[in-house]
Amino acid sequence: MKAIRQKRLITVFVILIFSGLGSFLIFKALDSNLDFFFTPSELIERTIPDNKRIKIGGMVLEGSVIRDKTNITFQITDYKHSIAVNFDGVVPDLFKEGSGVVALGYLDNGIVYAEQILAKHDENYMPPGMDIEK
Amino acid sequence: MIKKFIHQFASPKTYLKQVDRAYSYIFFTSLSIYLIAIFWGLFLTPEDFVQGHSYRIIYLHVPASFISQSLYLGMAFASAIFLIWKVKLSAYLVRSIAPIGAMTTFIALVSGSIWGIPTWGTWWAWDARIISTLILFIMYLGLISLHDSFTNNEKADKFLAILVLVGSVNIPIIKMSVEWWSTLHQSASITITQKPAIDPSMLYPLFASAIGFTGLVVCLVILSSKFHILDRERNKSWVKDYV
Repeated sequence: MKAIRQKRLITVFVILIFSGLGSFLIFKALDSNLDFFFTPSELIERTIPDNKRIKIGGMVLEGSVIRDKTNITFQITDYKHSIAVNFDGVVPDLFKEGSGVVALGYLDNGIVYAEQILAKHDENYMPPGMDIEK
Repeated sequence: MIKKFIHQFASPKTYLKQVDRAYSYIFFTSLSIYLIAIFWGLFLTPEDFVQGHSYRIIYLHVPASFISQSLYLGMAFASAIFLIWKVKLSAYLVRSIAPIGAMTTFIALVSGSIWGIPTWGTWWAWDARIISTLILFIMYLGLISLHDSFTNNEKADKFLAILVLVGSVNIPIIKMSVEWWSTLHQSASITITQKPAIDPSMLYPLFASAIGFTGLVVCLVILSSKFHILDRERNKSWVKDYV
């Protein structure tokens, strides 16, 4: 390889390394602010002001769903800690006990008053009637 | 000998001759594979145990997302070749791939939104995977406008190649976004190290659709590159013979 091409090759690698390093530093600075949601355990570690809109994600705790007309109360859990969620409205079709959920709302006295409920789908795709292999 | 072969293939003239010969084969093969995959995926596979029929958009969404990232890697590779060896053909290819990449990223975003409504309950979320894919889409558009804003084509090629390399950092970010951050988007169902989390009855048509879609996108890249080569080399004598 000629010297000039070698120099250009090095330039290419320098560009790659610096853009990689630059974005690494940006993400390092942003830290966990990029997360779409907190888990209940993360929520307990942090102190979150009441007037801040937050997103909490986890599983709908089995047996915790209580429906009263359009009002629904349930627990979001990561199987270490749980937090109560209250929501008035229509939940997505995929919302059910034991499946993933993200609640957007405000925290007040340990209860999340949700404005929106999103269902999180996992990576498993299979026909009905088959057991999940773990 | 290898050097001679590369030099020959790297000439736009030989490239055009070769792709002209291969084009119709690639087009009809991949079109039939994709049509079979779509029929297979839409009518012959069972429905999903939680999503019902709505999961079937996977046969468009996954190939489009896969291709949109692969095209960018292709562009980055061609940019490196252009910057190091000054192969003109790779510069033409980088410019030709950009609009096709933008198109496939757009398909990935729209099909994902359509799937999001019944599944997540929203068509858009500021989620790491979705944002990084949106950035990829904007980057493709930005690369096109950067190149076209120059009147000097040689300068445009150089700046385009450099910016493509800088932007290539986004590709591992898209790939890893679902691992590094808590995202609404689910993590990968198909990985190299583990057994796929998709049932084989749904997985095989997915592979077929990915192969067919890739072939069709390759055809679009060929058409686009043909346009850009003929446009850039229009004053050369071989173009007059070719046209």
